[in-house]
Amino acid sequence: MPLLEVRHLVKHFVRRQGFLRSPSKVPAVDDVTFSIEEGEMFGLVGESGSGKSTTGRCILRLVEPTSGEILFRGENVGQFSRSRMRAARRDMQIIFQDPYSSLNPRMRVGDIVAEPLVIHRLGSATERRERVAELFQLVGLETTHIARYPHEFSGGQRQRIGIARALALNPALVVADEAVSALDVSIQAQVVRLLMELKERLKLTYLFIAHDLRLVEHICGRVAVMYLGKIVEMGDTTALFSRPSHPYTKALLSAIPALDPDAPHARIDLDQSSFEREAPLREIGPRHWAAI
Amino acid sequence: MNAIPPLLDVQRLTVTFGGPSNAVDDVSFDIRSGETLGMVGESGSGKSATAFSILRLLPPPGRIIGGNIWFEGADLLSLSERDMRRVRGAAISLIFQEPMTALNPVMRVGDQIAEAMIVHGEATPAQARARAVELLDAVRIPDAASRVSDYPHQLSGGMRQRVMIAIALACRPRLVIADEPTTALDVTIQAQVLDLLRELQARYNLALLLVTHDFGVIARMADRVAVMFKGKVIEHGPVRDILRHPTHPYTHSLLAAVPGHR
Repeated sequence: MPLLEVRHLVKHFVRRQGFLRSPSKVPAVDDVTFSIEEGEMFGLVGESGSGKSTTGRCILRLVEPTSGEILFRGENVGQFSRSRMRAARRDMQIIFQDPYSSLNPRMRVGDIVAEPLVIHRLGSATERRERVAELFQLVGLETTHIARYPHEFSGGQRQRIGIARALALNPALVVADEAVSALDVSIQAQVVRLLMELKERLKLTYLFIAHDLRLVEHICGRVAVMYLGKIVEMGDTTALFSRPSHPYTKALLSAIPALDPDAPHARIDLDQSSFEREAPLREIGPRHWAAI
Repeated sequence: MNAIPPLLDVQRLTVTFGGPSNAVDDVSFDIRSGETLGMVGESGSGKSATAFSILRLLPPPGRIIGGNIWFEGADLLSLSERDMRRVRGAAISLIFQEPMTALNPVMRVGDQIAEAMIVHGEATPAQARARAVELLDAVRIPDAASRVSDYPHQLSGGMRQRVMIAIALACRPRLVIADEPTTALDVTIQAQVLDLLRELQARYNLALLLVTHDFGVIARMADRVAVMFKGKVIEHGPVRDILRHPTHPYTHSLLAAVPGHR
């Protein structure tokens, strides 16, 4: 059984266009289906407005899906009551993009990391303190810095604080939503290395949402490409990057600047008429699907 | 040595923000017409402070405390503020990272393009409006004649960055400073904007100072590269040498950190 299954997920946002016009529905996520096996690092890539972040948030029910099913260990998360959902979130955590705005500036970082334990009423005050110290060590932060405030840390350190908080409850699934996108490249490499180490040590499963295709190619075993709310191509990373098949994937990969100044540079522009938007995913090779 | 002096010649530039070490420390480089110099580094390396120093637009408490900036034979650091205003946005123009904050939200984009030409006395309002349409067309905005009346919020991120480029080109600059011009854009839009910049550079024989953290952008655009670290240019040279045979350990580690490098 996969750890996570997303079936026919749909999320509409309602756009109000002034008070005299009737609101219109914007399909942010439009019939998305995929599953993630335990221990996988699954990449979800796309450009702004593709619906990748909304998909991640629907999985944790941080936004309520319009329709579709989210199965976590075979159980339909969508039918959980509020209290059952709160318990389920212990197993599913999220790391956000911006280490500057996702940490409360008025809280000490030790309290930020301990907050999930407090909310879930886990452990005594002493046990929580010990757990926080353990988490600080786990993510490579100094335990002597527990009483400091977020502004006293660099961007990379703040992202480590966010990771420590996400790991406080021993989750099985971590949704990393552009978790390293705001960081300088050398810091990014360190945080990515930390995420990979933690995956092995804690047997984590990741949904790695990112716009940086080079990074995803480097670290994810499988990847799904989203375009305007739909998955247009999905498969093993090596297959998808070496044989992109959907016109959008081809355009996207051709746009990544090569690191070689002499690399042949042929930008492929997306021709909207070259594919059928409603085409279903079909298997085009071993472990490789495309909506063509 | 080339007999023709470079268009821009920065010598021993030193900038302080009042901290214990200089934000820009003894930095020298030059750029010739038609050439792209890529200035690469991480946050706090001093690359943006260097770029803003050229226009003397350092945000306070930033202050230039040493060096010379020669542009077309004049030392920009010794010009009066009045003469400097004639340079800014005219002979040297600037493209920022974030077009949404750099554009005036309550002014039509055509008027924003025309403004620079009118302020610099380059055109009458009627001429400036006509040229605004030409420029929007040059930066490949479809249906330029009607888009000229749009407000920034009516345009996509990529189109807003094209408007920024049109503004930068309005007064026929010789040097364009582009500070992370495509960082806020999606990768497919970034590729289009970079191709556009290259094409316009060739057409107008522009010198381009491209400030970025992205080695992919450097590889695609730059002729030469200056790598900045802690306020200093620690390595500079032709783009192929820097990317293939970096000599400084920092350049090496920076390249090694790029996912998928080698």
